Amino acid sequence: MSTPYAKLPGWVEYGLIPLINLAVAFLVAGLVVLLVGENPLEAAYHLINGAFGRGEYIGFTLYYATTFIFTGLAVAVAFHAGLFNIGGEGQAYVGGIGVALACLWLDQTMPWYVVFPLAILGSVFFGALWAFLPGWLQAKRGSHIVITTIMFNFIASSLMVYLLTRVLKPLGSMAPQTRTFAEGGQLPKLDWLLSIFGLDVGTAPFNISFLLALVAAFGVWALIWRTRLGYEMRTMGHSPSAARYAGIRESRITVITMMISGGLAGMMALNPIMGEQFRMQLDFVQGAGFVGIAVALMGRSHPGGIIPAAILFGVLYQGGAEIAFEMPSISRDMIVIIQGLVILFAGALENMFRPAIARAFAMRGQRAAAVVQTRGA
Amino acid sequence: MDFFHVLVVLLESTIRVSVPLVFAALAGLFTERAGVFDIGLEGKMLGAAFAAGAAAAVTQSVWIGLIAAILISVALSLVHGYASITQRGNQIVSGVAINFIVAGSTVILGEAWFRQGGRTPALAEGARFQTISFPDADMIREVPLLGPIYADLLSGHFLLTYLAFAMVPISWWILYRTRFGLRLRAVGENPGAVDTAGISVIWLRYRAVICCGILCGFAGAYLSLAMTAGFVKGMTAGKGYIALAALIFAKWRPKNVMFACLLFGFLDALAIRLQGTPLPLIGQVPVQFMQALPYILTVILLAGFIGKAIPPKAGGVPYVKER
Repeated sequence: MSTPYAKLPGWVEYGLIPLINLAVAFLVAGLVVLLVGENPLEAAYHLINGAFGRGEYIGFTLYYATTFIFTGLAVAVAFHAGLFNIGGEGQAYVGGIGVALACLWLDQTMPWYVVFPLAILGSVFFGALWAFLPGWLQAKRGSHIVITTIMFNFIASSLMVYLLTRVLKPLGSMAPQTRTFAEGGQLPKLDWLLSIFGLDVGTAPFNISFLLALVAAFGVWALIWRTRLGYEMRTMGHSPSAARYAGIRESRITVITMMISGGLAGMMALNPIMGEQFRMQLDFVQGAGFVGIAVALMGRSHPGGIIPAAILFGVLYQGGAEIAFEMPSISRDMIVIIQGLVILFAGALENMFRPAIARAFAMRGQRAAAVVQTRGA
Repeated sequence: MDFFHVLVVLLESTIRVSVPLVFAALAGLFTERAGVFDIGLEGKMLGAAFAAGAAAAVTQSVWIGLIAAILISVALSLVHGYASITQRGNQIVSGVAINFIVAGSTVILGEAWFRQGGRTPALAEGARFQTISFPDADMIREVPLLGPIYADLLSGHFLLTYLAFAMVPISWWILYRTRFGLRLRAVGENPGAVDTAGISVIWLRYRAVICCGILCGFAGAYLSLAMTAGFVKGMTAGKGYIALAALIFAKWRPKNVMFACLLFGFLDALAIRLQGTPLPLIGQVPVQFMQALPYILTVILLAGFIGKAIPPKAGGVPYVKER
């Protein structure tokens, strides 16, 4: 954006400003808690305790974080190329088809380490397919990607209801879901990882797809900052006209970026389907695609920021469940409010406090300069 | 005669479900024509529906409910305006944020204030809109053909229904026949030129955003004060997005907006009607396909296969005054 803001030190730009924005979002959320007639500090206590109080709670927090790393990375990759992929929700939902097909095909005959790679490929394929069409339509037909991806979310939702109620549902069953997978369709838990720290994971579905998420985060970093394709994507994101002038093919980058983004969103489906439910259910995505927007905005589209942001939202989801249990008037919808506030303050209003901070720094700089001058005299 | 009867019933429910779409799509028309994209129509409508339901339940007055709806919706619009006009933030991000904040807070506040699982109490007769019957509707219904059209299609709707369809020519008149409308459209195409003429781009866009808020307020009030007797959580159920689709489908023109909303409303009514009944030639159409059809049609239109939808040129771009 061409807004003329003074350049600030790195720790202010990537540390202080996001923290201030986050703090304001939480302050406003605290006001909502007050409005409901509860004590915000008590809510904060239950939040932290519910997310970290026991090994099992930490397991759940990291389980949710896994999901949000995938969807956050998906949004971030598209951001770098100047594209707003709001369709992570639909891409993750459709990506579930790939996971379910791999599991339904091989779960009774093969061990998990054979099924898992195929499920990854399947989820990436279907997620990328669902993002390919909006990307292609933007590149070749000029339709706006935000609108098409919103439409594709709704189309995905109808498609999945159709598939789960008519095609993938076992005969004679009423519930709109696939059959439960056998051993081969169930991912091993990461209990050993937590037991290193002396924690017991208990019933938490913290599974191996967390490691896959970390690999994906590294992969995204390498792609964006260490490859030619990533360079071209960033160039297009900064200045489409410069990219065109440099001979970068806009339509090609748009389509490829959207497919990478959709593939990452699709991988999210592995975590709930193979890691927790062991079957594909209706609405298993549960808004994670949209959480990805908040995560990417907070993490400044950098994997190093996305992982902590995803863990923060993991805390909100797991701790939020604890708040809802202890303080019944604050249901899990509180998370949706906080998510919206984070998107508002870290995204749309990210520059609200910038002028004041820049002024404070300019004043400090002047005073420092004045001190140097008086000493010199 | 039986077919005719079915058709009248179908068209009547088409009108009923189209009303919030018409209000919301016209709301979007005002902001988008002024160069402010708004995917927060859904959230504003939901917030307005909640405010209307809550205020009408407490005060037992339908009018206070309507005013509350408009106030909340305008307030949310101003948040969007502040983020996207004054702070020059990303308009889509801001719209997404508003949708989430409203989706969460209507449930939390509704549960805290009324303790009915996110609903507001069912409204008594005086606290909600009543249908208006045209004179002699019951007598004229017996007349073949014209009777049912008069008695069931034209008569027997809510005040807000008539207002929605009246808003179509009114919006057209405002946008195309007043100085304000001309400037509003200009600011969405070339804000620099408007600024050069000595007119404040900022203030014009804020006024457009306020118009949007008022119309979304009507849309929300219709949902909780007319269509149903009270607020139910998540009651907009994607209508804001359908309205957005209708707005694009209509290529940002008032008259087309009405027809697009009626078309999408008709598809909705048809989907409910056709549930489980096979069609000749095609066989049984899955309900899910009918539900997805408005979105599929919009995608096809956007791709330029049914004419071309060209958005306002300065849409989504914050205006930076030259220094």
